[in-house]
Amino acid sequence: MSAQVEEAPPKRPGPPLWLLLELTYRCPLHCAFCYNPTDFSGIGPELDTADWLRVLREARALGAVQLGLSGGEPLAREDLESIVAQAHDLGFYTNLITSGVGLTEGRLAALKEAGLDHIQLSFQDSTRRINDFLSSTRTFELKSRVAALIKKYRYPMVLNVVIHRLNIDHVEDILAMAERMGAEYVELANTQYYGWAWLNRAQLLPSREQLRRAEDATRRFRERVGSRMRIFFVVPDYFETRPKPCMNGLGQVFLAIAPDGLALPCHAARMLPGLAFPNVRDADIGSIWYDSPAFNRYRGEAWMRDPCRGCPERARDFGGCRCQAYLLTGDAANADPVCDRSPYHHLVSAIAGTAEQADHAVARGQPLLFRDYRAR
Amino acid sequence: MTELDVASRPVIARGTRLQWEGAQGAHVLLYPEGMVKLNASAAAILTRCDGARTVAEVIGELERTYCAELGKDVLAFLTLALERNWLELRP
Ligand code: SF4
Ligand code: SF4
Repeated sequence: MSAQVEEAPPKRPGPPLWLLLELTYRCPLHCAFCYNPTDFSGIGPELDTADWLRVLREARALGAVQLGLSGGEPLAREDLESIVAQAHDLGFYTNLITSGVGLTEGRLAALKEAGLDHIQLSFQDSTRRINDFLSSTRTFELKSRVAALIKKYRYPMVLNVVIHRLNIDHVEDILAMAERMGAEYVELANTQYYGWAWLNRAQLLPSREQLRRAEDATRRFRERVGSRMRIFFVVPDYFETRPKPCMNGLGQVFLAIAPDGLALPCHAARMLPGLAFPNVRDADIGSIWYDSPAFNRYRGEAWMRDPCRGCPERARDFGGCRCQAYLLTGDAANADPVCDRSPYHHLVSAIAGTAEQADHAVARGQPLLFRDYRAR
Repeated sequence: MTELDVASRPVIARGTRLQWEGAQGAHVLLYPEGMVKLNASAAAILTRCDGARTVAEVIGELERTYCAELGKDVLAFLTLALERNWLELRP
């Protein structure tokens, strides 16, 4: 007699509650940790205003409610105000994710008028030297001005600082700066190693000791400011033994639309091979979300293999990040190698290990690649 | 921030929005890059936090509607909502 394995019937996924529109890959900055695809200069033309407005209507009708507007630099789109106005009328909560470049008082007033709910300002460091070095441009003063404008227009002040080896020792100064600017939320987000950051991982990954000091500094700061300022510290998962529950599972709540209209279950997913991601120029959001093979490919658990299949923790982390599995093991259906049950976990340990030797990559003379528009 | 008492007038915090979401069949609170789905009692309390009603009035209305003594529960929830920055107090 053979045992029957009862597979639970696949549940119909909920709606894409979180919609991210990457309005453009254009950006005046050249961050070395940019998560945009490294071949973005070869990607097709941007959607026009009418397409974006249709995407908003279709997604809202399905139940999407949190809206991120990012890029590149979303302010590079002159129709940003119209997009925000439409989103607001539809009942979205609108989040603008910006480097602040191009955010004049005139545009901010217009965005407020259009109903923009929230602005997340990215900051590379508290010192001008590092900030300008990492974004490869002189933007520090500009960002300080923009922070003041955000306050003036009575927005909650949300700072996002991408953390890595070259600025992690400044965490205390960064938090002090955030406090001076009146920040209510601060995200200290360790770099996610995709796109340009993946190319630069050897230079950007902090050591365990740096990480520990930064976490201590954050804890002391939290104790001092209490609930006045909320601080999120996102650790680089290369130091973990269990992966992050990436996107709550692909195709569960998150839908990203790239500048060229490609619909993605995670903004980094364009890199995954063998998936024909649908384009909003050809299909409506409902059929993309519920019916397209690309969105169903890594939904639920059917795609899992050992060690994830049958693992008691699979409902917690969904096997981790497909992009990380692909980048490190060459196959997106493997367990995220951050997991120490993965036979490829040694690859992650090896990367984390190199970060222990001080200034290893710099010492080897490996240059930091700044995001640029050259064809790769 | 002033202390919570029965005379304070709580209101949904700046940057936070309370709305009904048909797709989720629930009220939700929306705030920068986040959302919570509210259960029916949380929604009954928060929809009354309009900056005009006092805490005492909110409790009074809820007790009449649900015919139960709710003062302690409502205060506990309001305290939590203030801690999470969902609410502000109007003087
Ligand atoms: S990470 Fe830097 S270069 Fe990339 S889009 Fe953001 S601001 Fe521009
Ligand atoms: S084996 Fe897979 S499901 Fe289990 S903890 Fe590791 S990544 Fe998660």
